Amino acid sequence: MKNIEEILSLLEKNAKLTAAEIAVMTDSPIAEVEKIIADLEAQHIILGYGALVNWEKTTASPVTALIEVRVTPQRGQGFDNIAQRIYRHSQVQSCYLMSGGFDLMVIIEDKSLKEVAMFVSEKIAPLESVISTQTHFILKKYKMNGTEFASKDEDNREAIVL
Amino acid sequence: MNLESFLSERAKAIPPSAIRRFFDMANELKGQVISLSIGEPDFVTPWGIREAGIFSLEQGNTHYSPNQGFIELREAITVYLKKRFKLSYQPKSEVIVTVGGSEAIDIAVRAVLNPGDEVIIPEPCFVAYKSCVLMSGGVPVTIATRAEDNFVLLPEQLKAAITPKTKLIMLGYPNNPTGAVMSREQLQAVVDVIKDLPILVMSDELYGELTYEPADHCSIAELDGMIDRTILIGGFSKAFAMTGWRIGYVCGPDTLLAAMNKIHQYIIMSSPTTAQEAAIEALRHSHDHVEPMRQEYNRRRRFVVHACNEMGLACFEPLGAFYAFPNISITGLSSNEFCERFLQEEKVAIVPGTAFGECGEGFVRISYASSMDNIREAMVRLKRFVERNRPK
Ligand SMILES: Cc1ncc(COP(=O)(O)O)c(C=O)c1O
Repeated sequence: MKNIEEILSLLEKNAKLTAAEIAVMTDSPIAEVEKIIADLEAQHIILGYGALVNWEKTTASPVTALIEVRVTPQRGQGFDNIAQRIYRHSQVQSCYLMSGGFDLMVIIEDKSLKEVAMFVSEKIAPLESVISTQTHFILKKYKMNGTEFASKDEDNREAIVL
Repeated sequence: MNLESFLSERAKAIPPSAIRRFFDMANELKGQVISLSIGEPDFVTPWGIREAGIFSLEQGNTHYSPNQGFIELREAITVYLKKRFKLSYQPKSEVIVTVGGSEAIDIAVRAVLNPGDEVIIPEPCFVAYKSCVLMSGGVPVTIATRAEDNFVLLPEQLKAAITPKTKLIMLGYPNNPTGAVMSREQLQAVVDVIKDLPILVMSDELYGELTYEPADHCSIAELDGMIDRTILIGGFSKAFAMTGWRIGYVCGPDTLLAAMNKIHQYIIMSSPTTAQEAAIEALRHSHDHVEPMRQEYNRRRRFVVHACNEMGLACFEPLGAFYAFPNISITGLSSNEFCERFLQEEKVAIVPGTAFGECGEGFVRISYASSMDNIREAMVRLKRFVERNRPK
């Protein structure tokens, strides 16, 4: 179990690690690591392998918005049904059920402010069980998934320290 | 005026570094090379600790502290040593907060040595021990520990080195540069040799928080009767990634500590106030601060040791600190040649074993206090270099 968690957190930080490297780093047989990873993929615990991209440094620079959605839960379905209707749109990057002042946190990435606004007004707000929405645009990303975007990676230690 | 003639015999007695040329080369190439030659964490001090330092400055705490250090910090140190190693020290009389373990080593030696006193130093070891002994007029008696013994000090080696002039043994485990750790049983065997002799032990435990399963650090002061004749050197530099703060400590019997405190008081006055306040925070959450770094070191350690052994550089398993110490003699090169050429040809800096004592010949120190990406690339280059230089 400990091994599984360690492998997950290693891959979460660097999906490029090979099973052979993980085997060495965790002092486990390679076959065991391969099996654990295959199982995690089969169980959809590992859902994919991606790169952490700082889009702001590219010319593409899409906009990201957090949308707070308040909804009326449906009998027998709770929030799952309405959440699904929202998160199936390809613009939706993440969707969470929240405690507190609103119900769903929907994170949307699109080409422009206008596209996001249109999406919210056309696809989310009109849904029957949606009571209200509130859209917040992200102005700058400082840190994502544990990685600081602005931090400089240079090593300013002395050349040799004995 | 010939200024050479003004130099003291003591200053002249300190030998120049055995790897001076390599040092210069590495400095020249700084920034263009991957450096696995650095004996300090690549991590920045954890934010919670830095923040405590910042807060201290914000409050205007910019004055001297008591000579021995803030009592809150001395208490925190004794609580930590009690919890971690079951060692009991009196915060008022048996702890001095110093400017790094470095100052602690110096004042310990100065407080106990008379000219001509012999000090036993197992090598390879941290470079300051021998020089500090020489500056105090002592006579270093080195013992060559061996790779086949996992670089621990053996009782028979110790027995053979002891003379009526022996006053002190300087132990540095977990060890820089080998990464060796001494178990409780191995330490007990050493204690058995000196138990009835008037000999003190200085135990430099700067890397005490950095050991890897199945090893766990044991302080020699924990062993029966040893707390009364051990000078324990501890620090924050390695475990908490606080090298630049310049803070450490020394614990020991009050008679010895009182003498050390006189020296400390006149040469240093007190250690940095900001660093002391940060150190209090470090100890308050010591496990939480250290554990993520220790785990990361452990993964890198396994990676480096595995890579060395795979490419034919025999490397015993280091269970402490953040160094691997592989044997490079299959290349037929001396440690110094190996490191100079590796630096020039592959642009990776590692340190010749001879920097840590003559018996380090045939070995190199690889520090894995560097990012996994650097380590991975350095191992690719090391393999290429070794293959090129292996006699056919
Ligand atoms: C074994 C050992 N002891 C002591 C020190 C000195 O550490 P500091 O003065 O930073 O506490 C070092 C630093 O490299 C070391 O490796």
